[in-house]
Amino acid sequence: MGSGRLYLAVAVGGFRRYATYRAATLAGVFTNTVFGLILVYTYTALWDEKPHLGGYDLAQAVTYVWVGQSLFKTLANGGGGVESELMERIRTGDIAVDLYRPADLQLWWLAADLGRAGFELLGRGVAPFVFGALVFDLALPTDVTTWAAFLGAVLLAMVVSFGIRYLVALSAFWLLDAKGVAQMVMFTGWFCSGMILPLNVFPGALGEVVRTLPWSALLQAPADVLLGHADPLGTYAFQGMWAVVLLAAGRMAQGAATRRVVLQGG
Amino acid sequence: MDEGFIDVKGVEKVFEVRKKAGFLKRERRQVRAVDSISFRVARGEMVGYIGPNGAGKSTTIKMLTGILTPSGGRLRVAGIDPSRERTRLAHRIGVVFGQRTTLWWDLPLIDSYKLMHRMYRIPDGRYRENLDRLVELLDLSELLDVPVRQLSLGQRMRGDIAAALLHDPEVLYLDEPTIGLDVISKAKVREFLRELNAERGTTVLLTTHDLQDIEQLCSRVMVIDHGRMMYDGPLAGLHEAGESERTLVVDLERELPPIEAPAPARVVRVEGPRQWLAFPASESAAPLVARIAAEYPLVDLSVREPDIEAVIAKMYVEQTEKTANAGNAGNAGKAVS
Amino acid sequence: MADTSRVVDGLRAYRMITAMWIRSTMAYRASFFMTTLGNLTATTFDFVAILLMFSRVDELGGYSLPQVAFLYGLSSTAFGLADLALGSMENLGRRVRDGTLDTLLVRPAPVLAQMGADQFGLRRLGRITQGLAVLIYALATVDIDWTPLKLLLMPVILVSGAGIFGAVFIAGAAFQFVAKDASEVQNAFTYGGTTMLQYPPTVFATELVRGVTFVLPLAFVNWLPATYVLGMPIPLGLPEWVAFLPPLVAVGCCALAGMAWRAGLRSYQSTGN
Repeated sequence: MGSGRLYLAVAVGGFRRYATYRAATLAGVFTNTVFGLILVYTYTALWDEKPHLGGYDLAQAVTYVWVGQSLFKTLANGGGGVESELMERIRTGDIAVDLYRPADLQLWWLAADLGRAGFELLGRGVAPFVFGALVFDLALPTDVTTWAAFLGAVLLAMVVSFGIRYLVALSAFWLLDAKGVAQMVMFTGWFCSGMILPLNVFPGALGEVVRTLPWSALLQAPADVLLGHADPLGTYAFQGMWAVVLLAAGRMAQGAATRRVVLQGG
Repeated sequence: MDEGFIDVKGVEKVFEVRKKAGFLKRERRQVRAVDSISFRVARGEMVGYIGPNGAGKSTTIKMLTGILTPSGGRLRVAGIDPSRERTRLAHRIGVVFGQRTTLWWDLPLIDSYKLMHRMYRIPDGRYRENLDRLVELLDLSELLDVPVRQLSLGQRMRGDIAAALLHDPEVLYLDEPTIGLDVISKAKVREFLRELNAERGTTVLLTTHDLQDIEQLCSRVMVIDHGRMMYDGPLAGLHEAGESERTLVVDLERELPPIEAPAPARVVRVEGPRQWLAFPASESAAPLVARIAAEYPLVDLSVREPDIEAVIAKMYVEQTEKTANAGNAGNAGKAVS
Repeated sequence: MADTSRVVDGLRAYRMITAMWIRSTMAYRASFFMTTLGNLTATTFDFVAILLMFSRVDELGGYSLPQVAFLYGLSSTAFGLADLALGSMENLGRRVRDGTLDTLLVRPAPVLAQMGADQFGLRRLGRITQGLAVLIYALATVDIDWTPLKLLLMPVILVSGAGIFGAVFIAGAAFQFVAKDASEVQNAFTYGGTTMLQYPPTVFATELVRGVTFVLPLAFVNWLPATYVLGMPIPLGLPEWVAFLPPLVAVGCCALAGMAWRAGLRSYQSTGN
């Protein structure tokens, strides 16, 4: 299909663009590794105190740390995906040009972001993970199916992540200070996706709430698939549900924004 | 005073560039951005410094302002070695970077000036006097309370020039001061610089792509290309050196055969009633115009300036031919002996 | 003597430029409140994570929640102060890349001061507020045998800690003169450092504790003096008097960072961008 090829090209472009920042990539790998180390030690102290916390044993908890650090940039929980560029285009009004392009705005940015996420996974994710696996005892699956299921969950997580960030970016159409809002959402997302502490460790009602929010589809979901802690199909269904809901919401927001731009004359 | 106010002797700047050569390998290569240039600028001179992009103009200005340390040679501005005593020199020079404003984006223009006042420790009386003068000459009175981000490019450039002059610098460096400005703003900026130089005796060194800047402002022009000084002298001489030509575009009442112009002027193109005549850039257009007006039914005419890049390119070719010939001569000499 | 006048010049320029940025910020008051709130939220979340941990356990590495909060409050406040004062140094790489560093070099003020004051963000008060809040909570709940000496030590810890983190910011910026795209490396030592110090030293491997004591002396920000104040065993079996070293360490770090900065600036001036 012609349009399929277009979005593939956009994704490849996104991948390539991020691949040019070689020094930044190395710096990021280093930083994620350092953060991984710090978290591993705090988790070890925590699990020493309370083995099987949240249903993980120590090796699983440590594995969770390295999955988190490896997916940090891929999922852009703390921001840093294409949304900042999109917001800038909305702020400057360049977005009007994009809206009249024959390509679909949402798919275009989704493709670009998936390309970016793909690079971050290879360029910034693999190295900290290998480091973690060499230095610590990780609970890694030995069968190819689980790994494949994990990658599937990561891919869905990328889409959910994009769905959230696309909505945040589009808020710039209505909010004067979308940057502040974006910042708040990103920090909330960082916490609610379990970057500091696995969501299954969150106590009581708080735990139950965060585990149903879209952010739990980002890190917790693929990590649980890798650790054999969750059924892949059930996880896919949960992630898929959020992906559909968020993308649909994004589409509605995009429609409203387009009408707004047309009314204001761009 | 024998020593120039700006004194540059055999100054060079070598950069090391790392280039990608394969997956992880980097190739190191030395680039001579400025290759042994020498010149002197006397106090109160106004000099144009021109050359193509990447010729070494900015590198020279950066060395003169103390931003970069020369790799070799000797350099003095007002008797100060810029890179060694950068902050002391800062009090005596003003710098305007054409495309980078030093003004505070979100604050009214006047706030940036107040900061300069304190940062340069300008005495109150002198500050007020300078501010009043600059505001009047640069037509800034309406703009002082406007946040800089709301200023047009031309207004901002005028604002930047004023900011660079509040502390009464003895020398002003301007990097592309008219780039991107409309005709009226350009004229205002030029007019101001001319007055600044004439009335206050401020030494001005400006880099530009716009030959009209030079033509209207500078009695002297320096041309740099590939890091070497290609020419240093009056503008007219540059045209001779580059053998450049201006073009006179003539609109006649009707289609006529090519105008018979006195040599070396000649018709280079005819299109209906319009004709193009080329003549040496170093000569005045007046006699030619007078002659045509007397002999032909003239409707309109205009003069087109030569393209500076073309002039320099031509000079460069001649220079390399000369050195090549000199090399051959040397070889011949050797062969004889 | 010349150095003293440079410091005075620097502080003066720092104050003036900072004032300009504060006024710039206040031109967008709503945005300022949002970003300050964002800053506060961000830092609050990592303390909430600690609270969550303590909802499942009573101790972490032999430390109770008030004791961890004490470490957290000291580290976070000291880091917040340094971040407020010099946090924008991390923009150096960007300024080198887009060439705007040059505009600072033609001004009659030390570049370090101009760079430190650049983009001065009052929003960073959010982090300090949060750090102080946790510290107050800790002081209200923790069991300490207060002596006059310990009381006296408290402000010294905060100021020295800010000094040590400030040195890390400056050294990080100096590194960016060489590797202008690698600003993120700095985060490992600044944000990574403060995160590490928020937890008890007993949690970490001995080699790591040795590293942050003798190589990159972050342990002097809070671990060494705070364990003394808390009456907990001092890491690595060091003697009690190390608790009083932070001011010396801070001065030493700042001196080294200053040298690194000078070397970095010199290399920029000789290589350009």
